[in-house]
Amino acid sequence: MSDTVPNQPADSGMVSEYKVDGPFWGALKRDLLLSYRRKSDLVNPLIFFLMVATLFPLGVSPDPGFLADVAPGVVWVAALLATLLSMDSLFRSDFEDGTLEQILLSPQPLYMVVLAKVLAHWMLTGLPLTLLAPLLGVMLFLPADGMSGLVISLLLGTPTLSLVGAIGAALTVGLRKGGVLISLLVLPLYIPVLIFGSAAVQGAVTGLPLGGYFAILGAMLSLGLVMAPLAIGAALRISVSG
Amino acid sequence: MPTPRLKIENLFCERDDRVLFESLNFEVNAGEVLQVEGQNGSGKTTLLRILSGLSRHFEGDIYWQGESLDDCAQDYRESLLYFGHQPGVKAVLTPRENLHWYASMHPAIDLAKLDYALEKVGLSGYEDSACHTLSAGQNRRVSLARLYLSSAPLWILDEPFTAIDKRGVAEKEVLIAAHAEQGGTVILTTHHELAMGDKIRRLNLDQLAGTL
Amino acid sequence: MAEKKWMPRWFYQLASPRWCYEITGKLLPIFAIAAVATLLVGTVWALAFAPADYQQGNSFRIIYIHVPASILAQSCYMMMAVAGAIGLIWKMKVADMVAKACAPIGATIAILSLATGAIWGKPTWGSWWVWDARLTSMLILLFLYLGIIALNSAIENAQTAAQSTAVLALVGLVNIPIIKYSVDWWNTLHQPATFTLTERPAMPSEMWVPLLVMVIGFYCFFAVAMMLRLRNEIIQRERRSSWVRDLITG
Repeated sequence: MSDTVPNQPADSGMVSEYKVDGPFWGALKRDLLLSYRRKSDLVNPLIFFLMVATLFPLGVSPDPGFLADVAPGVVWVAALLATLLSMDSLFRSDFEDGTLEQILLSPQPLYMVVLAKVLAHWMLTGLPLTLLAPLLGVMLFLPADGMSGLVISLLLGTPTLSLVGAIGAALTVGLRKGGVLISLLVLPLYIPVLIFGSAAVQGAVTGLPLGGYFAILGAMLSLGLVMAPLAIGAALRISVSG
Repeated sequence: MPTPRLKIENLFCERDDRVLFESLNFEVNAGEVLQVEGQNGSGKTTLLRILSGLSRHFEGDIYWQGESLDDCAQDYRESLLYFGHQPGVKAVLTPRENLHWYASMHPAIDLAKLDYALEKVGLSGYEDSACHTLSAGQNRRVSLARLYLSSAPLWILDEPFTAIDKRGVAEKEVLIAAHAEQGGTVILTTHHELAMGDKIRRLNLDQLAGTL
Repeated sequence: MAEKKWMPRWFYQLASPRWCYEITGKLLPIFAIAAVATLLVGTVWALAFAPADYQQGNSFRIIYIHVPASILAQSCYMMMAVAGAIGLIWKMKVADMVAKACAPIGATIAILSLATGAIWGKPTWGSWWVWDARLTSMLILLFLYLGIIALNSAIENAQTAAQSTAVLALVGLVNIPIIKYSVDWWNTLHQPATFTLTERPAMPSEMWVPLLVMVIGFYCFFAVAMMLRLRNEIIQRERRSSWVRDLITG
């Protein structure tokens, strides 16, 4: 009979050998583990990033002077599009296999879980893009002075892109054809980050002080960290409810 | 009269211009098992999703231990174990990893009995194989293992026995009966004939939905 | 508890659409007459009686359409977001419908603002399009509108669509000041201040009074267009309720 009533709490004297993670670490570790097991998804945005940047010399001109002029904008636009491309999958598999329902029904704060998922997304796209960016800078003849501006601006800007993009992903997760729609919803919202991000790189090239640019990018990131998870959470509840 | 555990008042829901239920009233108490019945399209899943708090496309009131669901959402989620159409199991993770994640998401899940639970759902030996190598039924069992781990009083189970073999169903039935006996509450849908037939209350949606 | 909730629920969910339909029915003719009158007076005044600009001659007169359209396009977004928030928080059906009615009108007005800006640009800057800060901001506002319309039409369930759009509109509302600020800043970075269509040194009253009349006219027109769409939406969503049936049959 004892094994038919198994749901009594474990004896208080017994120490559980299993360490249970909090919601933030649980979600973060899980998403990192998931993409570690599906490595191909990891490199796709990076390849896309490289390819977009290759199109500009081919489509416009390989002239080093010209490329150096447009490099800050091109690298930033390419990073923005690569982030956007990877956005659709953020909640989609969770939605399809029922995990998202369990997340929404969990008593753990949705804010933290969402934040962890976005952080995992950034660590797997935004961060590698940032690390790869100097290579693109070299290919596009970005002057060496601009490199630090490029890396720091992407480091501060790409998390904002992930946060804002996640709002679009959450709004469209219930739709079968979410991909193009996300771009429509999210691209206009990316404009401020693009403006200040590429301006910071240009500023670095011309030797301007960069503190102001980074302060603004940092301010946008802080605003995004505070507000975006709320919007993402609300959007997820609406999408799953529908 | 004690406060009913879950009380549904005047529930109204329509989908695609079709009224699924209207002025639906019922109560579920501690120690009860409620089986929601009805043909396909009668709104069983919709009702369970509304009761779980996932779907908000309804009008009417739901009270958890006398409090409106809107006012005690946190408390309610702590007390709820929901098993949906999709089992919520990640294919590239192992059963053990999946349940670890469940534990981090739900404090009512006690991992101390993890091995025992996996054994009970017939997954011993598979604890550390990726779930995509397992069958559909085994994947659902990973999620069902939560029934052995959770101390949540309210279970809402949508077709928990789909793709589960006879012996598995019988064991889960025993588990459900035991949960009710200990003062738990179970609301479920299933196409299986349950052996504990006489102990269950039934709610038929056909008449309300017009699918009779 | 039930007592507390009874009143709003009755008010929001049962009475509102019908009451709203009836009240807009009464208001509609008033606003329609006001719109026709103010737009007529404003147009004639602006084109025939207001003095020509000492720098731009008669081509400046397009501001009498451009400025009201720009103002209206922005306030329409504000209204849409606020209505969406009310619908989201208090589950008020009519607010959802107002938000839905706003989006296409706002998008059209934004296009009007962009078109008049472009037409004005030809004689003034010598090209149909200039990346002027205000025009660029308006273009981005149009994008925001288009995103909202696209999302709304992609979701089939009316309630889900309304809630999702409301979230998006609110996110947009938070972003609009940031977008405006960054575009203004970007503009000063890339080109020195030139003419802009709307930043003018103190305008004489013969010029701005007709402009004010036109702004009022645009708002009245917006009210009319919004109410027409809203009534349409109410009838469509409430088509199975008895009062709409009575309305149609009798």
